[in-house]
Amino acid sequence: MSGSRLSTTHRAPSYLADAWRIARKDLLIEFRTRSAFLAATVFAVLAVVIFRFTWDPTAIPAMDLAPGVLWVIFTFSGLLGLNRSFGLELAERAYDGLLASQVSREAIFTGKVIANFVFVMCVQAVALPAVALFFDLPVGPSWWIIVGIVLLASLGLSAVGTLFAAIASNTRLAELLLPMMTLPFFVPLVIPAAQATAVVLRGQPIADGMAWLKVLLAFDLVFVSACIVVFPFTIEE
Amino acid sequence: MQSPHVTAAPEGASASGPALTAVALVRAFGGRRAVNGVSLTLHTGACLALFGPNGAGKTTLLRLLGGLLKPTTGATRLHGQPLPGDAETRRLVGLISHHAMLYPALSVRENVRFAAECQGVINADDATTRVLTQLRVLDRADTAVRYLSRGLQQRVSIARALVHGPQLVLLDEPYTGLDEAGAQALTDALGALKANGATLVLVTHNLSEGLALATHSAIMQRGTFVDEALVSPSGFDVPGYQAKYRALVHEGLA
Amino acid sequence: MSSVSSAVPRSATLPEPKGFDAFLAIAIVAVIAACARALFFTPIDAMLGAAQKIFYVHVPAAIIGLYFACGLLFVSSIMYLWIKDERLDRLAESSAEVGLVFMGIVLVTGPVWARTSWGTWWVWEARITSTLFLWLLVIGYLVLRSGVESIEVRARLSAVMGTLAALLVPFIHLTVKLFRGMHPEPVVLAPEKPKMPPEMLLSFGLSMAAFLLLFFALLRLRFRWATLRDARAAMEAA
Repeated sequence: MSGSRLSTTHRAPSYLADAWRIARKDLLIEFRTRSAFLAATVFAVLAVVIFRFTWDPTAIPAMDLAPGVLWVIFTFSGLLGLNRSFGLELAERAYDGLLASQVSREAIFTGKVIANFVFVMCVQAVALPAVALFFDLPVGPSWWIIVGIVLLASLGLSAVGTLFAAIASNTRLAELLLPMMTLPFFVPLVIPAAQATAVVLRGQPIADGMAWLKVLLAFDLVFVSACIVVFPFTIEE
Repeated sequence: MQSPHVTAAPEGASASGPALTAVALVRAFGGRRAVNGVSLTLHTGACLALFGPNGAGKTTLLRLLGGLLKPTTGATRLHGQPLPGDAETRRLVGLISHHAMLYPALSVRENVRFAAECQGVINADDATTRVLTQLRVLDRADTAVRYLSRGLQQRVSIARALVHGPQLVLLDEPYTGLDEAGAQALTDALGALKANGATLVLVTHNLSEGLALATHSAIMQRGTFVDEALVSPSGFDVPGYQAKYRALVHEGLA
Repeated sequence: MSSVSSAVPRSATLPEPKGFDAFLAIAIVAVIAACARALFFTPIDAMLGAAQKIFYVHVPAAIIGLYFACGLLFVSSIMYLWIKDERLDRLAESSAEVGLVFMGIVLVTGPVWARTSWGTWWVWEARITSTLFLWLLVIGYLVLRSGVESIEVRARLSAVMGTLAALLVPFIHLTVKLFRGMHPEPVVLAPEKPKMPPEMLLSFGLSMAAFLLLFFALLRLRFRWATLRDARAAMEAA
């Protein structure tokens, strides 16, 4: 017996609707508890302050330091939110309920990536202005390009980070393991992003940073698809 | 000694064939066989009460029947479809364990509604209200789950598992932590499901609760069935069964 | 679909550990001989000086660590996800550890060469930088393995990471190359480019062969050790 069996009371699973519902659920839970978001934003602001006060403006101009600061903070604050992605599923084994339902594995992964992406962007909404403020960066219309770079980088970080969070949730010392596994993966994200940001901040034409943006885009394309494909292997069957 | 092939076909079962069949199921973790050759056939309306000591493999068996695990060897079929199955087959299953399987930060209604929508229930709100009423937790519908007592959380977990009207309900010690009212609500809900043609597998340590709904019972030890029995609605020799259990398993049964 | 249990016997006895590993002994002798030839019987490079002799260790270690070891790691990880044979997992684990040793040799000899030649300990040259990132990646892989107890879960999760790591390598190369493109590297740091006289080529070839022997000897040893360890774990669990 094959083919779909029509039902009047149930609808078939929908990849997008399921992913979106899971993303909303994760974000709602984060909104209720707010613990990870607060930790990440407080960390980001503290880090900016520390970088600012250990910096000698006469030795290094702001333009040279700010991109590095921005993207280091991006990486570590992004990591802070990732563990809770699967922590909330495993606390009371709600994950089993999700896995046993008709929702596909791909939808589960995509939903969590979306939630982590929104989380990272929200943290950056605080961190970016903080960096601009503390380093007296000139703010102009070119900042939309920086927002675009942050968007691209956040997507890559969310995809890879969510996948490794799924892996780490199976281990002891998940919180220690996650940075160790993921940081090498963030290298082709953070270096291009920092270089492209430097191009924008120095007022150079964006064409100078094109190569870096292409690396970011390629990384996103390759890793978002690859992570969706390997995600089911992180689940015990 | 070969493990008996447990068959549960209640009187008046439909002639359309068994609901759930498992043939020579084996599941190994590394070198250890948690389930070691289990075969069973359950017809619609059957309720199999599964007893056994800790470590017998009952939870692993339930996870295999629920499609959460793949067998190392052997095959399972639910309504003719292989398990682990496609989306529509997975929708037929409801799983209840002694873990709450809930999101503590969300409310009762949000948890159950989420489960309903994930299972594709078309009128999720109505279904949610209905099942919460059935389990008698509607008055706490908007409370966050983490503020509820263990017993109430268990009722919500049961509501979550039943909201989409599953055809196969797998229960792993569901009565743990339930007070009398909760236990009665659960028994009533399961009875209603059974009457509607669902198939149940109930793992429990409590004899009276297990036998209240069961049409068949089996004892599992070290990964296989060591005994099976029919549970007649007219009467059941409880002390006799307890003695048999103790003899087989060298432990007591409540 | 089930996990294919490999040659790990379910019998009550563990496989006998071999006594004297002749292959490893030969490999070690070969490496010593190759190094001796490089040091004493190969002419000194006119341009780069005596320190250039590190090249005979540095480059074979790099080629083996990066292409052989990491290549094996990636291929066995991907294959494991497909076939689920435990032996592939043990091969991946062994390649990772032995590769770490070889890459470690690169990361030590590189700075030594740089220091003696140019006075700095580190040069952000494309290949050695890539080696550094790969080394960190393999460390992450091994730390992941150490965090999981169940053999099957460990195999599955590390195969996922190994597969993604394979995809990462081209991106690391690309990133590092682009970065280097902004700061032209010292012209001398391209060891294969200068034409080598036959004696140097021969020394290099011998060194390469010797290190390759060592790699396979260590790999085999490590693989056997892993098989023994898993067999004992399976026995204890059953």
